[in-house]
Amino acid sequence: MYRQMQTMRRMEMAADALYKAKLIRGFCHLAIGQEAVSVGLEHGITKDDRVITAYRCHPFAVLRGGTIKGVIAELLGRQAGMSHGKGGSMHIFTPSFFGGNGIVGAQVPVGAGVSFAQKYLGQKNCTFAMYGDGASNQGQVFEAFNMAKLWDLPTVFVCENNKYGMGTSAERSSSNTEYFKRGDKIPGLQVNGMDIIATKRAVEYARNWTVNEQKGPLLLEFVTYRYGGHSMSDPGTTYRTREEVQRMRSTQDPIRGLQRYIEEWGLATEQELKALDKTAKAEVDAAVEEAKASPEPLIKDLWTDIYYKGTEPPFMRGREREEVHYY
Amino acid sequence: MLTTTFPASTRAARRALSFSRRWNSTSAEPPPPGGHLPSIATSKVLRTTRETALRTPGIVWTDEDASGPSREIVGGRETRKMNTYQAVRDAMSIALSKDDNAVVFGEDVAFGGVFRCTMGLAEEFGRERVFNTPLTEQGIAGFGIGLALMGHTAIAEIQFADYIFPAFDQLVNEAAKIRYRSGGTYNVGGLTIRTPTMSVGHGGLYHSQSPEGFFMGASGLKVVIPRSPIQAKGLLLGSIRDPNPVIFMEPKVLYRSAVEQVPIDDYELPLGKAETLVHGSDLTLLTWGTPVYHCETALHMLASPGPSLEAHIPKSLRSAKIELIDLRSILPWDVETITESVSRTGRLVIVHEAGMTAGVGAEISAEVQRRCFLKLDAPVKRVTGWDTPVALQYEKFHIPDAIRIVDALVETLTY
Repeated sequence: MYRQMQTMRRMEMAADALYKAKLIRGFCHLAIGQEAVSVGLEHGITKDDRVITAYRCHPFAVLRGGTIKGVIAELLGRQAGMSHGKGGSMHIFTPSFFGGNGIVGAQVPVGAGVSFAQKYLGQKNCTFAMYGDGASNQGQVFEAFNMAKLWDLPTVFVCENNKYGMGTSAERSSSNTEYFKRGDKIPGLQVNGMDIIATKRAVEYARNWTVNEQKGPLLLEFVTYRYGGHSMSDPGTTYRTREEVQRMRSTQDPIRGLQRYIEEWGLATEQELKALDKTAKAEVDAAVEEAKASPEPLIKDLWTDIYYKGTEPPFMRGREREEVHYY
Repeated sequence: MLTTTFPASTRAARRALSFSRRWNSTSAEPPPPGGHLPSIATSKVLRTTRETALRTPGIVWTDEDASGPSREIVGGRETRKMNTYQAVRDAMSIALSKDDNAVVFGEDVAFGGVFRCTMGLAEEFGRERVFNTPLTEQGIAGFGIGLALMGHTAIAEIQFADYIFPAFDQLVNEAAKIRYRSGGTYNVGGLTIRTPTMSVGHGGLYHSQSPEGFFMGASGLKVVIPRSPIQAKGLLLGSIRDPNPVIFMEPKVLYRSAVEQVPIDDYELPLGKAETLVHGSDLTLLTWGTPVYHCETALHMLASPGPSLEAHIPKSLRSAKIELIDLRSILPWDVETITESVSRTGRLVIVHEAGMTAGVGAEISAEVQRRCFLKLDAPVKRVTGWDTPVALQYEKFHIPDAIRIVDALVETLTY
């Protein structure tokens, strides 16, 4: 877990550097500071459980069966990207991870539908539908709550509360900032999202609640913190002080927290952990180089994957007047 | 009853005024009670005998080998008299019985639905497979997308097409794009959204809209609108089994009024293909859904105008051969059939109930004028609803009727 958190942080830092080097264009939302949520979640569930989220999806994509190279290449818009370079930051998928999503809140009812299919098929699995404190005010989140409780679906609604919905603090956007209480008849738990032991245990509890005990949906609120801005174009310091970010980094950091546990319990030495840090960095560096080497998507792929092959319209217009693609 | 007499001169002036305005006004006079003949009940477009029903063009029997040579097998197949809602129900019943992963859901569908399209399905297939949802259109669409992502066949109903707007984001941003943005990893091909559309005569602002045009730019979606029971069954089964998400809009006034002999076997009709209902060489009249019947009426009016219309339809136009085409699939639309027809006739009139500005007719006329520019003898004419809300008391004047269509035919033929 320590190595994975460190690797995820290194990957996001690499993305940060690539963005600043203007190699990643468009949107890029980093999850630095929130590693305990993604890694803790992955360690509390099984491979066949499903996860769906919106922004800050890079770590989930890797942990759910993707690769660092696949994520970085997707951000770079290369063929080796997990969506062949056609998606970008919020559009990375694996067979058990239904991706990020650019429309905050839209993934939540989709997650309810996914868990309905699990229930219908009698699978012993559940779906984690994740959203942020900002998205929690979207109407369709409540629509999904209602359907999930009405039909007792195995949905775990996970609110990643990083205290800021883009640049607006939770207090200024939500009449009730205790997000775990907003599920009406769906019980909720508030969890320290900066402590990976807590997130892992909470996820195991939620999985047991929905799958083994079949008690219907559950709401988890992970209280966490993002060190960076909302996206790369947001310095993240206009709506909160540098001191606040510094204080969270020095007192609440999820990786340092786990490090402290490990050292206190005598599970590994500082040297051994340092070695892990090094392998994480080397792994990410190698993946970045591989991703950079991947070519950009072919022009023909501009028109693929719109309709199922063979059922397309006769033609689709292209980038300019003369460029019309005939199927 | 009050009678008012005007001096003869005033009357003459009024008549002159009304005549001069005719070209820009909705109609010369209100239609007679009961409407102009033929009505939907007597339409020649409807196939009311077993023989004609079984020979529906493009029909594909799913129990036959599609890769084999196409045969017109009629013997041994049965038909039953159905209206459109019964045909829609029949299609869903077949889909549910042949596909264990098919589910039907929406507001009140377990009780049969507002238009009775799902009558008895819950009893027949169980409430786990045919179930009511809360009033939650965005949720229904999102839920259906999630279900389809898992490989299920999700047949969702949005109770009225007017209510599809809360679900617009889910349909345009999620359903249409998921295949592309996941690089082909995921798709929601199993999703079909059924929704009653078009005017009903007294629906007003939120029960008579035709929102098909709003989806035209959403590549990845398909939009289908049937005109009759046979078409509804075949196109709906085609939509449910199409590997892309489909919005299937059912013209609500046809649920009861359009009746045909519908084949009881499992069959499909092709998506993306228009159907030529009447062949002609002088003008192409293109429409879909309910206005198919107004267009048919307009053709009769043009050929043999009643006494009140005679003065307005030049004798030379009465023998004009008009080609009537039902577009059927709005997205993607059958550009080949339409441009082939217009290249022959040189004239195109498009009729739809939605407003004119950026309606489906706008896209079609732009593409037709580009492809057929040198073949056109007249500007493409659009006969549509107005760009106003569909106000209750004005619905008759809002929706294009046969008179407005005849007017457009005359104008385009004499251009």
